[in-house]
Amino acid sequence: MSSTASAHAAHGDPHGHGGGHSGADHESAHGGHGSHPSYVAHHFDTAKQQFDTGKFGIWMFLVTEVLFFSGLFCAYLLYRAHHPEIFIYAHHYLDTKLGAINTIVLLFSSLTMAWAVRAAALGQKKVLVWMLILTLACAFGFLGIKYIEYSHKIHDGLVWGRAFNPAHLVEDYHGPDPKNVHIFFGIYFGMTGLHGIHVLGGIVVIGWLLKRALRGEFHSQNYGAVDFVGLYWHLVDLIWIYLFPLLYLIH
Amino acid sequence: MSDSQLATTSAPRVHAAEPEQNYLNCSRGFWSWALTLDHKRIGVMYLAGVTFAFFLGGVFALAVRTELIAPGYTIMDADTYNQMFTLHGAVMVFLFLIPSIPASFGNFVLPVMLGAKDVAFPKLNLMSFYLWVTGAIFFVAVLFTSGLDTGWTFYTPYSTTTGTSVVFATMGAFILGFSSIFTGLNFIATIHMMRPPGMGWFRMPLFLWGLYATSLIQVLATPVLGITLLLLIVERLAGVGIFDPAMGGDPVLFQHFFWFYSHPAVYIMILPAMGVMSELFATFSRKHVFGYRFIAMSSVAIALLGFLVWGHHMFVSGQSRLIGMVFSAITFSIAIPSAIKVFNWLATMYKGVIWLTTPMWYALSFLFLFGIGGLTGLFLGTMSTDIHLHDTYFVVAHFHYVMVGGTLIAFLGAMHYWWPKMFGKMYNEKLGAIGAWGVFLGFNLTFFPQFVLGTRGMPRRYYNYEEWEGFESLHFWSTMGSYLLGASLMLILVYLIQSLVKGKQAPVNPWGAASLEFTTSSPPPHFNFDVTPTVGEPYDFDDLVFDAKTGGYVRQEARNS
Ligand code: HEM
Ligand SMILES: [Cu+2]
Repeated sequence: MSSTASAHAAHGDPHGHGGGHSGADHESAHGGHGSHPSYVAHHFDTAKQQFDTGKFGIWMFLVTEVLFFSGLFCAYLLYRAHHPEIFIYAHHYLDTKLGAINTIVLLFSSLTMAWAVRAAALGQKKVLVWMLILTLACAFGFLGIKYIEYSHKIHDGLVWGRAFNPAHLVEDYHGPDPKNVHIFFGIYFGMTGLHGIHVLGGIVVIGWLLKRALRGEFHSQNYGAVDFVGLYWHLVDLIWIYLFPLLYLIH
Repeated sequence: MSDSQLATTSAPRVHAAEPEQNYLNCSRGFWSWALTLDHKRIGVMYLAGVTFAFFLGGVFALAVRTELIAPGYTIMDADTYNQMFTLHGAVMVFLFLIPSIPASFGNFVLPVMLGAKDVAFPKLNLMSFYLWVTGAIFFVAVLFTSGLDTGWTFYTPYSTTTGTSVVFATMGAFILGFSSIFTGLNFIATIHMMRPPGMGWFRMPLFLWGLYATSLIQVLATPVLGITLLLLIVERLAGVGIFDPAMGGDPVLFQHFFWFYSHPAVYIMILPAMGVMSELFATFSRKHVFGYRFIAMSSVAIALLGFLVWGHHMFVSGQSRLIGMVFSAITFSIAIPSAIKVFNWLATMYKGVIWLTTPMWYALSFLFLFGIGGLTGLFLGTMSTDIHLHDTYFVVAHFHYVMVGGTLIAFLGAMHYWWPKMFGKMYNEKLGAIGAWGVFLGFNLTFFPQFVLGTRGMPRRYYNYEEWEGFESLHFWSTMGSYLLGASLMLILVYLIQSLVKGKQAPVNPWGAASLEFTTSSPPPHFNFDVTPTVGEPYDFDDLVFDAKTGGYVRQEARNS
């Protein structure tokens, strides 16, 4: 990269890379002239442009995420509309209590994440670190509970496809047992599995934030990454907020 | 592979005549390319990659055509034939057509046309490229395992039961999908957030509008393909049964999901091509493009309407007649914005000073071939005629007229238009014209007979036909055409590579174009502009005059001062 700086310097535009600017004068935003702090990439003129672009990008990414899940929601809707009896019957197999606890865990983690963003914006390093740790703990807690649920289901033969082989029947259910109950579990494992993968992804990026926070990289002029990961995390929570009633609370 | 090769062909070009630094020679070595964040180098690597994919797909195509030259066994058995047409389609669509123009030329020129220093997220851009490479590796893995015989559409339940490498192929397409999403996301963010002062929305060259509309589709449609392929993979590996009628699943749901992406995907292929056309027609008619706002808005209209017509691929799948009628009606309405563009290009040429350079030959080919391709689409969009034409060679001819006659021709036009800018070298103009004519004639000879074959009842994807059916001579000429097409493409490859070594130094503005990429040196410096450009009208050709000293065009005032 260094050999390229000369081409740029030729027109008197001192965009040094990693030049020794220290926090004080980030906001002198004169169309690319003047200071260019190290955390602003060379192709942005100002820290604000970088932040706004990042925010725009993450929102677009979230749109793609919603569309990605939408395929599963469509499949859910279609099968539920055509075979309501499968859903009404099979949802009795799910553990509503564990599902509800997980909902609370995730809602709480959204709170801590939002708090982390605020702490980053205000430059409160210690609060930021703790909030990120709490968020991570919730994420692990969620996956732990999900693990318990999954192992019960697998143990009881409540799985997808031809492997479906329930160890017991639903108790308080009157009427004939519907056909193809495995479809419900295909959808259940598909949706919660994909959501679980997103929680795992969240753990990775929040861990990355934690590492950077411990190094003191975030301050009021540079906290975009925390903000963006926060938005992602809220979406992951929101999807669960839909999954919980759609799968566990069917009437 | 291909990137290192490029690094070595372009690096030792520094001699006394061009002392300035540019993006090609500002740093050297394999890693300076492999880890570059420069959108121009990424564009060049993509160009090498998609060209490689195109040749791979081309070899399969020639195998298919050779088999069909005569009835019965010619060079391969039926199973191999199924593999060949499947790999041809899948490689061409996923590895070549979808990334082709946006990822290579879009990456290269979008920031420069805009007057920006780079795309919004350079690291994401590099990641898109490596996702593309990974997807390509999966497709190559298909070749070396048990192949693929589902057709590029992966229809269930066949795709969940065949013994071939469906998982590798769908994994590959899944990963390529993310590459495509990230490119689109990057372009939208760049166009929204990185425009310099003075670059209003309606000052953008129309190529950028084309890329913008394309990116919208990439971002909004590709995730649905992603989840569809993921479900297919899960279905194959774990037997979930969502698409399997034997287990209570619904295979038509797969078709809906697939076409919800894949019809918009055909606009991912054609919109950038239309964008290229707007540049070519204006520049080589030396006339302000006619109906700028109509062309710009029709791109967006096509992108949005394209989401509502997927059912026209499923007229015979058993969907209700009412739904079929609705899809048919919306399909017709999409012809309107397409026709708006064609008429505006014609009006741009009208009373223009037409300059028949190689890129302009491609532009004229496009007009003709896309016209035929689009009009034949209307017969397919009409339910009563589609019942006869569906799954025949008529469909094959239709989509080749739009995808080859449209996208490939525009890709070649863009290549010849921006080649001097990208590599700083002029190619041989005479060979260029010969190549363009060879492609045009070879293409028509290959695919026009297929319209006739289709209307006479030759089904698509069939290994064989009988002598008494009377298809023989049409198939024969079609195969001959494909050889001519292949030879012309080889000629183009040869003289373009030769130009890198022997070509004349390209001037800043060889064509007298008015957009910003033709105000910076050829090839551009690492940061795109040595002097911050002043944004002007992208189609103001009035005071551009030829300057014999450099062999290019300059602005009148600049020359006088
Ligand atoms: C201009 C308006 C267009 C119309 C009205 C139209 C209409 C149609 C219809 C109705 C079909 C389904 C035929 C059948 O399977 O029976 C079809 C197939 C197809 N079209 Fe178009 N089309 C248009 C433009 C395009 C463009 C621009 C492209 C690509 C660049 C394209 C690519 C394809 C492909 C790839 C298929 C075949 C897919 C397959 O079954 O493998 N079309 N078109
Ligand atoms: Cu279509």
